Amino acid sequence: METFINLAHGDGGELTHRLIRDVFVAAFGKKDTALFDAASLYIPTGNVAVTTDSFVIKPIFFPGGSIGNLAVAGTINDLAVSGARPLYLTCGFVIEEGFPIVDLKKIVIDMANEAKKTGVTIVAGDTKVVEKGSADGVYINTTGIGVYEHNKGCSLAFEEGDAIIISGTIGDHGIAVLTARGDLGITAPTLSDCASLNGMIDSVLQQCGTVRIMRDPTRGGLATTLVEIAEDFQITMTINERLLPIKQEVHGACDILGFDPLYLANEGKAIFIVADSQKEKVIDILKSCPEGKDATIIGSITSKGKGQLLLETPIGSKRMLNRLSGTMFPRIC
Amino acid sequence: MLEILKQSNDPGICMPLVEAVLEKAKEFQKKFGRKPAFMEVCGSHTMALAKTGVKQCLKADVNLISGPGCPVCVTDQKSIDAMIALSDEDNRIICTFGDMMRVPGSNKTLLDKKIAGSDIRVVYSPIDTVTIAEENPDKEVIFLGVGFETTIPILTLMVGEAKKRGISNFSIWMTTKLVEPVLRYLLEAGDVKLDGFILPGHVSIVLGESSYNYLVEEYNMSGSITGFETAELLSTIYKLIDLALQEKTAIENNYSSVVSESGNKVAKQWMETYLTTCDEAWRGIGVIPNSGLDLKKEYDLYNAKKRFKVEVGEPRKTKCRCGEVIRGLISPSECHLFGKACQPLNPIGPCMVSAEGSCAAYYQYMRESL
Repeated sequence: METFINLAHGDGGELTHRLIRDVFVAAFGKKDTALFDAASLYIPTGNVAVTTDSFVIKPIFFPGGSIGNLAVAGTINDLAVSGARPLYLTCGFVIEEGFPIVDLKKIVIDMANEAKKTGVTIVAGDTKVVEKGSADGVYINTTGIGVYEHNKGCSLAFEEGDAIIISGTIGDHGIAVLTARGDLGITAPTLSDCASLNGMIDSVLQQCGTVRIMRDPTRGGLATTLVEIAEDFQITMTINERLLPIKQEVHGACDILGFDPLYLANEGKAIFIVADSQKEKVIDILKSCPEGKDATIIGSITSKGKGQLLLETPIGSKRMLNRLSGTMFPRIC
Repeated sequence: MLEILKQSNDPGICMPLVEAVLEKAKEFQKKFGRKPAFMEVCGSHTMALAKTGVKQCLKADVNLISGPGCPVCVTDQKSIDAMIALSDEDNRIICTFGDMMRVPGSNKTLLDKKIAGSDIRVVYSPIDTVTIAEENPDKEVIFLGVGFETTIPILTLMVGEAKKRGISNFSIWMTTKLVEPVLRYLLEAGDVKLDGFILPGHVSIVLGESSYNYLVEEYNMSGSITGFETAELLSTIYKLIDLALQEKTAIENNYSSVVSESGNKVAKQWMETYLTTCDEAWRGIGVIPNSGLDLKKEYDLYNAKKRFKVEVGEPRKTKCRCGEVIRGLISPSECHLFGKACQPLNPIGPCMVSAEGSCAAYYQYMRESL
């Protein structure tokens, strides 16, 4: 087999056939669904959830994962935090001419492993090759299909006093990727938190039925995601700076580089807003899952009617948190 | 180390400090019939005071005024326009700190130029510029040398490195600024009534505590060098009010963990070896004699201003009041453009986009504060 991808790998001929056979089928397995131009899928009763996401991260391999893990986990998490049970994934690859096939194999194996861990099946795919310089290595799009199960999910019935929970430390992915790029001149031993959360979220929904809302704070970080919830549902949320779980090495890297962990990307964390009476139970469930071992309550809904996010500082003053305005971050997802 | 820093933000330590500062401030008001007023010289302090909530907590009793300490903000518009125009030539790679990318020029920003195809690169470590030059021998690689004494030694290190590696396609567009001349300017202009300066942390690591003696000896003005954590900021303000109450002046080193009496001798030596003082134009102020450093004549090879001619016209006139913000004459919210026509995504002046800019600090952390 060739060492590098060339344009003929994308022309639909013999090389395309070999690439699919030796890389994609070798990792994903041969499915009956692959006999036609479209996959025919069984969906259990309930509304269907569909989401799509494209992954352009640089570097492609980073401490704690690769674009492959990310492309599967990211889409699975979007389904899971919507309250749906993820079932199937499709994947589309745009590959730059000259990309090492050994790296492509690693990525595809990471995707297969991540999918296997989560019980989600990859049912369709596509590969395109573009001329050298027209893309940066490899881009992956994944589309996820899931199902909403009866009596489980997000109620959106927010009340004053509801607790805001984060399933673990913030900013790990952002710092892992930024330092892996090597242009910051620092080496922080931070691993990306990249992980599929459908198992953990399923545990919460199985035992609690519904929560108010769940979201995964990816691009834009915890602050941006909470600002969006506050504005969408016209609620005032107050989070306490002291309660934010931040790893020391992330805190240190942020101090040196002038980043705010509240705005750094996470790829394996979920925010839960739950009734005050449920908060301890949800924390216990999250802590029993490996992805949620550092789960903690970071604040609460303090009033309704005005959409804003407030941060209480250690000296008790409160300031408004807003969306990030045009700070430059490299590609992180 | 991080554990120690964490303590500096511990409410158990910080809350009583807030109370103590407020009590002292009230005592001051009783004695002098006005609020104590201090200027934070450094842009990072402006950011830290806003982010930690210290400015907010003390707002009613202590007047904290942002000063001329954001290097991008104090660079005059013509100089900004020239740096942006540098990227017009095809055979150049412009390297810069990220801060400069969105700074509005009279017509375009560096970011606009990058999108239009100019090769402009953000470097996190300036020394990477020398490597970029080494890897691109057919291009001229120019670093935009904006900064105070914190950054200046690194610029000299770059020249040393380029010389050592025998690289001739590397140069710096020097537009550096010095703290002492601008503090003297502010004190002599006397536009702002101050009871002391909150002196910069990072600049002081290089300059040392003794470099501020002129404040006491010539201007009868106090200063306190401080770090960036909540407890450090609060204790510095406490000490400054205390000095003012006793009607004494002194330079306090409240950051002695990293700032020594005489500063960083090696960094100072580098500056002496490579640089000489020059006149610099400051936004909102004009030219202050000997307020910057330029490369000595023997290093003309690395001096972009000597190697490349850039023609720019008179800067576009706007209603931006960054010049007054820098001099401490107005607070950002007193500018009619603030938060309306001027926002981080659509900045009119540099103070709104720099990571150390006063307007950026107010917009990010103090807008509609509660």
